[in-house]
Amino acid sequence: MGDERLSVRTQVLLWTAQRASAVVLAVCVVVHLVTIIYAIRNGITAAEILGRTRGSYAWAGFYALFVAAVAVHAPIGLRSVLAETLNWRGAGLDLTVLAMGLALALLGFRAVYAVFA
Amino acid sequence: MSTLSVSVWRGTESGRFQEFTVPRLASQTVLDVVTYIQRTLDPTLAYRYACRVGMCGSCAMTVNGRARWTCRTHVDNVAQGERLEIAPLRNLPVVRDLVTDMTPFFDKWAGARGRFQGGATRKDDFARVAPGSPARQLADAGIECIGCGACYSSCDVVAWNPAYLGPAALNRAWTLVNDVRDTGNRARLAAVAGDAGCHACHTHMSCSERCPKQISPTASIAGLKRATMEAALKGEI
Amino acid sequence: MKSDFRARNHPAYWAFLAHRVSGVLLSLFLPLHFWALGRALQGEAGLDAFLRWSEQPLVKFAETVLVLLLAAHLTGGLRLLALEFLAWRDWQKGLLAAAAGLTLVAGLLFLLNV
Repeated sequence: MGDERLSVRTQVLLWTAQRASAVVLAVCVVVHLVTIIYAIRNGITAAEILGRTRGSYAWAGFYALFVAAVAVHAPIGLRSVLAETLNWRGAGLDLTVLAMGLALALLGFRAVYAVFA
Repeated sequence: MSTLSVSVWRGTESGRFQEFTVPRLASQTVLDVVTYIQRTLDPTLAYRYACRVGMCGSCAMTVNGRARWTCRTHVDNVAQGERLEIAPLRNLPVVRDLVTDMTPFFDKWAGARGRFQGGATRKDDFARVAPGSPARQLADAGIECIGCGACYSSCDVVAWNPAYLGPAALNRAWTLVNDVRDTGNRARLAAVAGDAGCHACHTHMSCSERCPKQISPTASIAGLKRATMEAALKGEI
Repeated sequence: MKSDFRARNHPAYWAFLAHRVSGVLLSLFLPLHFWALGRALQGEAGLDAFLRWSEQPLVKFAETVLVLLLAAHLTGGLRLLALEFLAWRDWQKGLLAAAAGLTLVAGLLFLLNV
């Protein structure tokens, strides 16, 4: 893989996207944590989860946003971690984390669909 | 007479610590200790200093694992059980013993466009900058840097990302971004942005912990992150 | 030469370590989490089988750790956003304490409910 680097502007926009997604995630994670702590009170069953999520456009919309934000946030973070720990930089790394982001998004949206449909 | 046990780094990148016993004196600084060793015990010891009063930034070393300006560091405050370990600054090539090659450090100041670029000529009047203006206050917060390299030596991002400009160069750039007379800021912001610039900083704050002048390069770098983000969103870089 | 732990031994560095470790572990966990939820595609029974499996003490313990990691990454991230976007010089240590405190509260709530 080549050694081509992203333009400085793209690097800054990646950083910006990570911070912007972090703001979205901050709200989503608080809702998610409260839901977890509420939901597990008397043990947790599939019926209880699915009863809440099936056919609910509100929950589906919320989790879709959650998945989208995490699919942006996590790969950009891993890009720094991999660059710093493995000294791996350039197009190979950028394409790898892009693939990670797409995979996370696909798996995540599939999971949202699974508990909605 | 009480004494101090001192381990001093000898060699270059590879080398070993050599043990010395030095008389313990009142109000003794770490630089006093190194100077005693060089003048009395082993004249081949290489170290660097100039002003001895915390202005020139040439005597920084790693003392008991932490970067310090040795001329203003009292043995009382850093000796652990009457022991000192003195080594060269980290993250810089070692020339010999306690002397590092500061070339990469200052090259990065140049890379961050750390030189003032004015637009006025000798025919223009003096610029008037109100001391209380927000930009002047921001510049003031970082302006007292003496270029000792303690921050650069303490920064893990410098170690992990060799292209990273580092805390001192970025702090310098931030003072110029806030200098209303400077005309080079568009190019400067482009130079300090991205993976080798301010956006590589992880806010470890080791630079702010170790700066002997109590500057917070972390705060300056955060300012650059915002300024360059704005420039990137506007398409200026 | 590189720094050793003595140069790194200060609260903001520990906060960085917690943030990095939690971030990497959460990234590794996410695909598993999505896969588990995807079992609902095979109907309620598929998801229930997984949930029953997750009742084992060791898995339960791992889940508590995950909740802690998520809370730690959240509060550490809020701290970072504040440090990068707000004027903070004087309340840096307070931010750190608030982040650690909120993480523990989330973990305890989860534990007490189990």
